[in-house]
Amino acid sequence: MQITDETIEYVGILAKLELSDEEKEQAKKDMSNMLEYVGKLNELNTEGVDPMSHTFSVHNVFREDVVTNGDDRENMLANAPEKKDGAYKVPRTFD
Amino acid sequence: MDLNITAVELGKKIKNKEISVVEATTAFLDSIEKKEKDINAFVTVDREGALKRAEEVQKLIDDGILTGPLAGVPVAIKDNMCIDGMLTTCSSKILSNFKPTYTATAVEKLETAGAVIVGKTNMDEFAMGSTTETSYYGETKNPWDLNRVPGGSSGGSAAAVAAEEVPYALGSDTGGSIRQPAGFCGVTGIKPTYGRVSRYGLIAYGSSLDQIGPLAKDVTDCATILEIICGKDDKDSTSVKETEDDFTSALVDDVKGMKIGIPKDYFGEGLEAEVKESVMSAAKALEAKGAIVEEFDLSLVEYAIPAYYIIASAEASSNLERFDGVKYGYRTGEYSDLHNMYKKTRSEGFGAEVKRRIMLGSFVLSSGYFDAYYMKALRTKALIKQAFDKAFEKYDVILGPVAPTTALKLGESLSDPIKMYLGDIYTVSVNLAGLPGISLPCGYDNKGLPIGLQLLGKHFDEKSIIRAAYAFEQTREYKRPAFAVERGL
Amino acid sequence: MSKVYETVIGLEVHVELATKTKIFCGCSTAFGGAPNTHTCPVCTGMPGSLPVLNKEVVNKAIAVGLATNCTITQNCKFDRKNYFYPDNPQNYQISQLYYPICRNGKVEIEVEGKKKWIGIHEIHMEEDAGKLIHDPYTDSSLVDFNRSGVPLIEIVSEPDMRSAEEVIAYLDKLRTTIQYLGASDCKLNEGSMRADVNLSIREVGATDYGTRTEMKNLNSFKAIARAIENERERQIDLLEAGEEVIQETRRWDDAKEYSYAMRSKEDAQDYRYFPDPDLVPIIISDEWLEEVREKQPEFREEKKARYQEEYGLPEYDADILTGTKKLADIFEETIALDANPKKVSNWLMVETMRLLKEKEMDAEDLTFSAVNLAKLIKLTDSQAINSTVAKEVFEKIFDENIDPDKYVEEKGLKTVNDEGALRATIEKVIAENPQSVDDYRNGKEKAIGFLVGQTMKAMKGKANPGMVNQILKELL
Repeated sequence: MQITDETIEYVGILAKLELSDEEKEQAKKDMSNMLEYVGKLNELNTEGVDPMSHTFSVHNVFREDVVTNGDDRENMLANAPEKKDGAYKVPRTFD
Repeated sequence: MDLNITAVELGKKIKNKEISVVEATTAFLDSIEKKEKDINAFVTVDREGALKRAEEVQKLIDDGILTGPLAGVPVAIKDNMCIDGMLTTCSSKILSNFKPTYTATAVEKLETAGAVIVGKTNMDEFAMGSTTETSYYGETKNPWDLNRVPGGSSGGSAAAVAAEEVPYALGSDTGGSIRQPAGFCGVTGIKPTYGRVSRYGLIAYGSSLDQIGPLAKDVTDCATILEIICGKDDKDSTSVKETEDDFTSALVDDVKGMKIGIPKDYFGEGLEAEVKESVMSAAKALEAKGAIVEEFDLSLVEYAIPAYYIIASAEASSNLERFDGVKYGYRTGEYSDLHNMYKKTRSEGFGAEVKRRIMLGSFVLSSGYFDAYYMKALRTKALIKQAFDKAFEKYDVILGPVAPTTALKLGESLSDPIKMYLGDIYTVSVNLAGLPGISLPCGYDNKGLPIGLQLLGKHFDEKSIIRAAYAFEQTREYKRPAFAVERGL
Repeated sequence: MSKVYETVIGLEVHVELATKTKIFCGCSTAFGGAPNTHTCPVCTGMPGSLPVLNKEVVNKAIAVGLATNCTITQNCKFDRKNYFYPDNPQNYQISQLYYPICRNGKVEIEVEGKKKWIGIHEIHMEEDAGKLIHDPYTDSSLVDFNRSGVPLIEIVSEPDMRSAEEVIAYLDKLRTTIQYLGASDCKLNEGSMRADVNLSIREVGATDYGTRTEMKNLNSFKAIARAIENERERQIDLLEAGEEVIQETRRWDDAKEYSYAMRSKEDAQDYRYFPDPDLVPIIISDEWLEEVREKQPEFREEKKARYQEEYGLPEYDADILTGTKKLADIFEETIALDANPKKVSNWLMVETMRLLKEKEMDAEDLTFSAVNLAKLIKLTDSQAINSTVAKEVFEKIFDENIDPDKYVEEKGLKTVNDEGALRATIEKVIAENPQSVDDYRNGKEKAIGFLVGQTMKAMKGKANPGMVNQILKELL
């Protein structure tokens, strides 16, 4: 499968990655090769096979509705690149 | 002290007061200091913390509170497991300043058992790689040959054990990341059944594939460590209830009547002759001990890598979205707005291989391609699981190589990603099927590099592979790496 | 000739479930804590943290599904919805796409006496996002994750509504039903119930749907009605001008009464849903379903019928009393304290409604206890206070939930039944108002009213009105 500039641009928006022109060329090549390679799966007939997320039959794992966590704000903010007034600070999100 | 010692042996000496915890810890810390400029197995060494902890542990042992087999034994942890207050980087720039405020359950269990953590080991960035060359902190070198890779992604953990920087270490395995470096470095490692060890605190790569496991000098160590770290954890919905988890009870030199299958498809094109020979002779050794060894067709082997890379990359693209410069880790210096901040942070913070997999993963999940790639891969996964189920109807254990080659030269596989991915051919299907696997040395090639043997078991039947591995291990001697021998260490 | 259009509306309603803890961690869901004081590694998306599902969320989602006639998906799963935004700590939201917990439901609404079924396409469980606060001093945004991970259900209707009235009736129906279940308090103004409106228009008689837009940020029934009207006109104007409606998400600005498109190059709206590998499937057995079914409460329609039958209330009264769970609860609790149902109904229908309107409150905000209302009714029954005083006391109960027994005692509000005291006061009033006395004696019956009033005034409203009348007539 041939990957276009538009696809790389689009995937970059989805993945929030900004590639240099050189990286873009490389990414186009890598992705084309990789998709061609994984295209091998098309040889397999998987009709009627259920997609498998988990290989074991564990289900219904729950927590009881009981508060177990207290105020841990200091720890939660300890690694924040920027913070203010007990909150994480980010570039403005309002128009 | 003699550093060529297993974790269990050291634990005994500490218990018998032949050596103190501080002495043992100091000896290994000194060993790290001496070797790190050559090996680079560590991202972080916490000398001060380890020595302080050693004293505490000694007291708990003296007071009779800590009585377990690994009490007081130093350990290194792969740098993708969170430890409260200790730098945890995943060998990535994007986490180069991240100190978690919580500890991974597996690590917590080791601590409860009296482990002394000396530091965090190097790895491929976010565990994406099979050489430990994609680390932001430089590549780790193989103690058998400093011009070669230690394998990966748990290359730091494998090299640290081989180089006698620590008696044992924890690694994680998503597509072979414990077994392959164990093979390349001549040590033993177990990838447990998916769900056996809690993933809480393990920084996710491919959540449906990741498992934490031990790397050590022998099977006894690995069984002992696994017994400590396994178990259902309320914080991990995918961890399961204890069953058949008395692993050390399987350390018996008896494989009489054990049915061992050898997949013919694992011995085809691409497998080095010396590796093949060595693995086949291991099978003969087990046969000689009374095991019933048979060849069979596993099938679907060539589809495991494509399915694996689709699933792992897709999950990774989502798992790594949280690294965005908002809550922790690296944030770019200058940015014009929110999305520019995201993009610059992530583009500067992630290395090339990580970006490659994020791009691929985002693409295969994107609108219009999801069914063709991701769902197709999940269906293939189901078929691969079925193939193993069928094989395990006949066999107790499946035997094969860990990797097609011995350790590669540094830089050799970086230029061609697909070639590097092909090196995972014997390991990834185990992760797709969620099975347990053990890797242990079974010989050496003409360059003197270790060759790994892989044994696979049924779901939650680690005991059978431990038993087979232990029996095989009795037929040979542990060999120290050239590095240790040459340096007279 | 101008064309005749019909509006086609479907709703996506988010409801915050009233659990004690978040959907995937043990943090409190309590409203209003200081920023990030109800957070942990899970709900702030720390690396290595993992979600574990709160069982109560599933119970509440099933309960809502059953109450809205849905089929429960007995093998359901969670998926990840991937998009970058600072209020979304993992940059993916755990939600349900492929196997939502409820499907194919319907609820009946009534508008101007006409009944109609509105289809429910699905209900899914998901986690709420955090809150962004604009910081004007640094011109940046501050992120508070206290709401991050609060459990939500999203109720997606079929495009079955044709007017703002139907939309309001549908929302009201959902709100009452969910409040009756105790699954949420459903407050639009606090955000525990939020509605996004999908709207398109087409010519009357057309079978295909037009292109729809999605309207967000609607915080009250009034805003919803205004936005629907505005969007309908906007789309008609576009079509009349020969332009096309673009499928897009728009944000309603209620102050300015207009909407604008939320478009961004960085927002591809490609959410890359896939099953969340960190969570395991939920298998809902028949027994589990039955357990939830058995705990379902008496809903509004049933209650309304019972109030009419059991207490002889008029339909109109029963309708108002059951209009909110809160009112019905107070009604039933007060009756349980041996108060006369009609009298209780009267206090709720008249005084309570009057005060709610006057103070611009919702019934859900009522704080007074049934015990105090029952006591008040006993005070009036025993004629210990007269009706004027009772109204005054009720307002105190409404505002501060005071104990009427104590209050009446402390303020000395008891009705004066002491004949001697009444007689003395009335004699004084008669002496001071010769004109009125003359009028009365000359046949002007009405003049007695004035004298009663004067007496009541002199006794600060506490006189027993029956006795005042009787003594006045006697003395005159």
